[in-house]
Amino acid sequence: MKNKDIEYTTVSAVEGPLMIVDGVADVAYNEVVKIRTPNGEVRTGQVLEVFEHRAVIQVFEGTRGLDTKHTSARFIGETMKLGVSKDIVGRIFDGTGQPLDDSPPIIAKERRDINGEPINPCAREYPREFIQTGISTIDGLNTLVRGQKLPIFSGSGLPHNEVASQIARQAKVLGKEEEFAVVFCAMGITNEEANLFRKGFEQSGALERTVMFLNLADDPTIERIILPRLALTCAEYLAFDLDMHVLVILTNMTNYAEALREIAAAREEVPGRRGYPGYMYTDLASIYERAGRIQGKKGSITQIPMLTMPDDDITHPIPDLTGYITEGQIVLDRALNKKNIYPPIAVLPCLSRLMNQGIGKDRTREDHYDVANQLYAAYAEGCDLRDLVAIVGEDALSERDKKFLHFADLFEQRFVSQGSFEDRSIEQTLTISWELLAQLPDAELKKINVEYIKKYLLNKKD
Amino acid sequence: MSEIKGKIIRISGPVIEANNMRGSKMYDVVRVGDENLIGEIIRLNEDVATIQVYEDTNGLKPGEQVLSTQEQLSVELGPGLIANIYDGIQRPLPAIRQQTGDFISRGVQTLPLDRKKKWRFTPQAKKDDHVTGGDVLGTVQESSLILHKILVPPEVNGTLRSIVKQGEYTVDETIAEIDTPAGLKTLTMVQRWPVRKARPVIIKYDPSVPLITGQRVIDTFFPIAKGGTAAIPGGFGTGKTVMLHQLAKWSDATVVVYVGCGERGNEMTDVLQEFSKLRDPKTGELLINRTVLIANTSNMPVAARDASVYTGITIAEYYRDMGYDVALMADSTSRWAEAMREISGRLEEMPGEEGYPAYLASRLAAFYERAGRAKLLGSQETEGSISVMGAVSPPGGDFSEPVAQNTLRITKVFWALDADLADRRHFPSINWLKSYSLYLEHVNGWWEQHVGTDWFKQLTKAMALLQKESELQEIVKLVGPDALPVRERALLEGARMIRENYLQQSAFHDVDTYCPGKKQTEMLRLMLKFSDRILEAASKNVLIDDIIAMKSRESLARLGKVPNEEFEKTFQKVEHEFEHEIDTLLKRREL
Ligand SMILES: Nc1ncnc2c1ncn2[C@@H]1O[C@H](COP(=O)(O)OP(=O)(O)OP(=O)(O)O)[C@@H](O)[C@H]1O
Ligand SMILES: [Mg+2]
Repeated sequence: MKNKDIEYTTVSAVEGPLMIVDGVADVAYNEVVKIRTPNGEVRTGQVLEVFEHRAVIQVFEGTRGLDTKHTSARFIGETMKLGVSKDIVGRIFDGTGQPLDDSPPIIAKERRDINGEPINPCAREYPREFIQTGISTIDGLNTLVRGQKLPIFSGSGLPHNEVASQIARQAKVLGKEEEFAVVFCAMGITNEEANLFRKGFEQSGALERTVMFLNLADDPTIERIILPRLALTCAEYLAFDLDMHVLVILTNMTNYAEALREIAAAREEVPGRRGYPGYMYTDLASIYERAGRIQGKKGSITQIPMLTMPDDDITHPIPDLTGYITEGQIVLDRALNKKNIYPPIAVLPCLSRLMNQGIGKDRTREDHYDVANQLYAAYAEGCDLRDLVAIVGEDALSERDKKFLHFADLFEQRFVSQGSFEDRSIEQTLTISWELLAQLPDAELKKINVEYIKKYLLNKKD
Repeated sequence: MSEIKGKIIRISGPVIEANNMRGSKMYDVVRVGDENLIGEIIRLNEDVATIQVYEDTNGLKPGEQVLSTQEQLSVELGPGLIANIYDGIQRPLPAIRQQTGDFISRGVQTLPLDRKKKWRFTPQAKKDDHVTGGDVLGTVQESSLILHKILVPPEVNGTLRSIVKQGEYTVDETIAEIDTPAGLKTLTMVQRWPVRKARPVIIKYDPSVPLITGQRVIDTFFPIAKGGTAAIPGGFGTGKTVMLHQLAKWSDATVVVYVGCGERGNEMTDVLQEFSKLRDPKTGELLINRTVLIANTSNMPVAARDASVYTGITIAEYYRDMGYDVALMADSTSRWAEAMREISGRLEEMPGEEGYPAYLASRLAAFYERAGRAKLLGSQETEGSISVMGAVSPPGGDFSEPVAQNTLRITKVFWALDADLADRRHFPSINWLKSYSLYLEHVNGWWEQHVGTDWFKQLTKAMALLQKESELQEIVKLVGPDALPVRERALLEGARMIRENYLQQSAFHDVDTYCPGKKQTEMLRLMLKFSDRILEAASKNVLIDDIIAMKSRESLARLGKVPNEEFEKTFQKVEHEFEHEIDTLLKRREL
């Protein structure tokens, strides 16, 4: 008899999200387990550790109702896989990869291991194709390119969903009509939030091109560990087999990390910072690194993961480790939100590491890099002066400093702030930039090539 | 040697246990399971070996076999390393790509060096010569930049029974035979060396020559010497990787070994592609022709991060042994430390600080200890050096954590990256008040001899000015700039000039990316002169607003971007301009 036909009834312990089965033979590390509960329900699990004849299993749907007497386990002889085919586009799946919509299960062309494999660095194509999101703070200062992983760091109650929807709605590569798809992976978000995204996709006509993987707030938490891997396996298939440009939205990575912590705690592992497992960096990397481009392939995977910073703390392990892996970050800020500025993007801590090669002549515009640098420097100086003015009053400032102070306010009102349906072209974003820079003395624009100052500022002033 | 063949009994992530392994030694390499995955023994207990596996362990089962190679984890050293890119255990990534496509599958078997390629070998020794470890048997032009010396391996000495004529040979062909006390030894152009064992040298010296990096803040204020060690700690996005890339591009080392340890795939792609296009400013040759890349990205198996660091430093030692100055960059040593922590956790060792194993400090120290300037083995008096620069990625950007602290205890240079500077796009975001170099005195002589006598005087003066600025800024925060006397406000302007335009340097500007030594000293001279002259003006009652409005401030600010070939002429012009402008201000005041 094949192992996968054996029903082991030798469950020896159930603890937190884990179950231990004894007396097993021929069980593989990371193998999928089908678990039958005493009342006949079937759940899925995965082998976390095998030691001779004992297997430690994490149960995705939770261990409630499992016992050591009537519960049985069947090892199916393979690691977790996702069936893929081009019919996957437009479908909705649950946390174990089963369809949630009314359509029949897809007929898989191929079944792929959801853990994927690392892209060979020699095979990667460095991402440099500008994606216009229509949001000035992103396009102008923290440019997104195809194949980048650029997360949104938010806080509870901040409009990260609106921002992400706006990006998903407006994102385009200029002058190109190409096959695209959206992979939406929801981990522990509410039904309402999921609907907001769905509506957004509908409005932009992307819904038929969207694949959704949903694990909502009241769904089993441990499933969140596999959900992004299902989503990315799907994305890799669409991008590198079917040549599509895929935008992957992962929300909310904080819930993912909590699930990871739950497993680690149950295994009594030595915890790392704030109780999160020491291998969280590696684990998160195995998700985020599944973005990019490959030489000779048309498609791409661009990732926008979202996370909420517990207590708005950017040094918390979840944003911290994410920032160490992703290619920049977009940071939302409570103070800006209170000032009623949408999108409340705090540009100073934001970064796009792939910006430099994605902008400039023939990509966006020749002056883009210099302008971005100058805006940064000027705004940072203005913000410092704000702090100073709070103590010593505006009168203590020189004329020069007053200009920078004023610049910071204007910058927030005119550049950062925009409508949630306002889709600014890169030209518009740069025009606004120059209008703001015009408020400063020309000689202070030291980060900008003199030629560009002449061309974009002085000629206009005349 | 009898075969040692055991069976897997336990699998937990990258760590497995196998029984029936009696006779194995610590750090022996084993082949694991049906797919022959590569692993290394890291603990022995009776007949049970604990093994860290350098490849993905998904799907492994207890009962599968484990076969010991009875050899330590080693690298192959010989022609063909340069311009190659390897994974952590020295498998060439291009060859892996040929076998498994765009994604890296496990179980790939490849050899580090190309077996078919023929190299033109030119003998330097002759029959009957007495040779000892480190002596040069012959040379091979490995790339346009590197003359690869084929050395007698460290432990070998004796009389050359034969050596081949000049000609084309593969790395497997015998090129020499040596009669040694232990019998006849045949040599090819390849040596194997265990990565965890430092290659021997005769003696280590104090470094005295600066590694010129073309980065102003480093060369001028916080220099690293050839053979020195430096740590670059900084939170995410503060510029560690860009800095290491800059150092790898522009340092005047002969050979560069760049180790990407647990970081991003795209960054390695970037190095590979850029270095194949960029040219060395000294020789005009492509940078890749002096570079060896090791890429073990964050999504590759975690155990191999440990190996990648050792693989890198062993290759560096090999080129040092040829008498070259080698620079090794490791990005990031924190990921290596985390790999140690993860493996240690799986071994259920007693955790030390923040879960890191108690041996973290000694491993880090042993690694940096392999840097240095040394007198080399061999009958010729030769010297070589390895400079090591390691990024540290402290959680939350807080340098008080164990990896940063243990590293700082060892390294002689500290480039402290600062998130606040990075946020305002002050790059490189090296905090000039916190950073230090213990090589300042060592390299002073070189600067005086090769560039100019003022180097040390200038840098001390500039640093004093910057210190003063930070003190004044504290006062400004309380009372506002208005309340300061004009002299102090002028001093702030002088410091601002240096801070914004000397310390800052754009890695992405075609010219500014590399600033030659001579240009550095000239630039600083002008800026200090500017600072002196505006102080003078201020003390003669020139209004601060007039000083701030000076037009030549703008030209001074752009000095870094003046093309390196013609900087002298332009600098003269700028100097003239600002002297004239200040003189005019002074005159007007006198009237
Ligand atoms: N010298 C520089 N000139 C211009 N820009 C720079 C410079 N150094 C860093 N930057 C900017 O800062 C960004 C982040 O730098 P980098 O990737 O080196 O950070 P890091 O410290 O390695 O971060 P991580 O720890 O997450 O890898 C770069 O993408 C670049 O935009
Ligand atoms: Mg980095």
